[in-house]
Amino acid sequence: MEQVFDFFANNYNMITIVILSIFLGIEVISRVPSVLHTPLMSGANAIHGVVIIGAIIVMGQADTDNYLALILGFLAVILGTLNVVGGFVVTDRMLEMFSKKKKK
Amino acid sequence: MQNFILLLSYLIGSISFIVGLKMLSHPDTARKGNLYAAVGMSIAIFATIFLYTNEAGQHLGNYPWIFAALIIGTIIGTMMAKKVQMTAMPQMVSLFNGMGGACAAIISIVEFKHLMHTEELKESSSSITQILNDIVHLVHPPANPKLILLTILLGLVIGTVSFFGSMIAFGKLNGNINDKTLPAQQVINIGLLLIIVGLLVAMVSGFTGIDTTVLFWSLFGVSALYGILFVMPIGGADMPVVISLLNSFTGVAAACGGFLYSNPVMLTGGILVGSAGTILTILMCKAMNRSLTNVIVGAFGGNKTGGASEEVGGAYKEISMSDTAVLMAYSKRVVIVPGYGLAVAQAQHTCHELEKVLEEKGVEVTYAIHPVAGRMPGHMNVLLAEADVPYEKLKEMEEVNPEFAQTDVVLILGANDVVNPAAKNDPASPIYGMPILEVEDATHVIVNKRSMKPGYAGIENALFYQPKTSMLFGDAKKVLQALVSEMKNM
Repeated sequence: MEQVFDFFANNYNMITIVILSIFLGIEVISRVPSVLHTPLMSGANAIHGVVIIGAIIVMGQADTDNYLALILGFLAVILGTLNVVGGFVVTDRMLEMFSKKKKK
Repeated sequence: MQNFILLLSYLIGSISFIVGLKMLSHPDTARKGNLYAAVGMSIAIFATIFLYTNEAGQHLGNYPWIFAALIIGTIIGTMMAKKVQMTAMPQMVSLFNGMGGACAAIISIVEFKHLMHTEELKESSSSITQILNDIVHLVHPPANPKLILLTILLGLVIGTVSFFGSMIAFGKLNGNINDKTLPAQQVINIGLLLIIVGLLVAMVSGFTGIDTTVLFWSLFGVSALYGILFVMPIGGADMPVVISLLNSFTGVAAACGGFLYSNPVMLTGGILVGSAGTILTILMCKAMNRSLTNVIVGAFGGNKTGGASEEVGGAYKEISMSDTAVLMAYSKRVVIVPGYGLAVAQAQHTCHELEKVLEEKGVEVTYAIHPVAGRMPGHMNVLLAEADVPYEKLKEMEEVNPEFAQTDVVLILGANDVVNPAAKNDPASPIYGMPILEVEDATHVIVNKRSMKPGYAGIENALFYQPKTSMLFGDAKKVLQALVSEMKNM
């Protein structure tokens, strides 16, 4: 029990962020018209590419003689970048077609 | 000061994600929203590269490696995203999602090795370092190594499942992998989940005494297997639900990384996508009349045999190309119902052409879009938008259903289950309760399909045998091209 209290006290900020983010995510999504579901899914897909920050930290902290960590980190950064860049570009392409229509 | 700027950048990143998602929910602001999120992401990434310091105050190193990887990733990512066909969009999203999952899993692998390494050092450390450690702990509250281990393991499991699942989903949508169901698939899947939970408990509590590294790789293997078996039996048209679910998985995996590094932007971004993705998944499930439990256990899509409960038989009638052309050209109102078949045949441009020819002849043409038509919610809208179909012509189900009674001709292009009346009248049908487009209210229904084969739900469609329905067999694109030339000659 003690451990649970400690965990709660030490990570209070994180827990708050997590819970508020959950509600925020639900709130933001439930107002999206189904027309935009595919671009939205793609946009959300790009946003979770934020995991790349973890990959950068891994890469940047790896010792220069630790080749395994370097190679894995290198791979992780490439994959993360693919997720971020690919995700945003694809979403933009989809949305571009919607906005083109508006102007006509 | 540097730390302040770093935290500020993370705050900007988090806010841009929230605002971006919010703006993505309106057609007018969607593109800007995507751009905001991208800018916020770039700020967070570059702030991390240049300003991040570890507990000892050291900056990151290995810049050449980091930038090389960033550049390679950017070039490949942009090229893939620019080249992809609009019809292949779902595969692309799945592929990129898998990359994110793999990234999370790799982080966990490296951090696990790191953790094991420091634990070994601690055990062999002299008393002086012990004291130093204690002093450090007085400054920073001691991070519970078990908690760190659990976070790493969760990131590994979720990231791995997401990666392997996404790759299978990609292969299936691309047509490289066929549906396969193992005997007792459900039992196996639940068993694998239990093994994963068991391994997690064993590792974190450490009571089994088995080498942690061995357990770690077993956990990786079982997660990979679960990811594969979880997606394997699911039919092609169910894929959107799975991709959306895997998308939220990757979000949670990213959030695990956020916990690990106490990184607020990873945490908010990951959780935001996790919860948003879950809601999107539930919305899709609702539209397809599935329950989310079925999705998670991996039970759906495999029950094709259960659909044959009702025998709908009888004669259907075919209609010729020229008759169709005449019928449509002389009607007042035509509603086009696009479906999966249109996407597969890439017939969206031809479809728009037909619409223009009809409009020239004074026919009013609209499109009826079922929420789950195609392979993803909104998939049809994206396809038709690509073909320059005006936004106002696309009508959603609730809007168009009352209008069918005043419609002369409904042209169904490769849609099936979304127009099956069994969903309304037959409580025994597996799709009973799913909202459908009530096309049978129209005067004539013309169905374009490649054959009489049932749709992905595996059930017969009574609509095809109704007296007002005529079948027009063939590939959607070829049929539409023929119709356009027929009409131009009239």
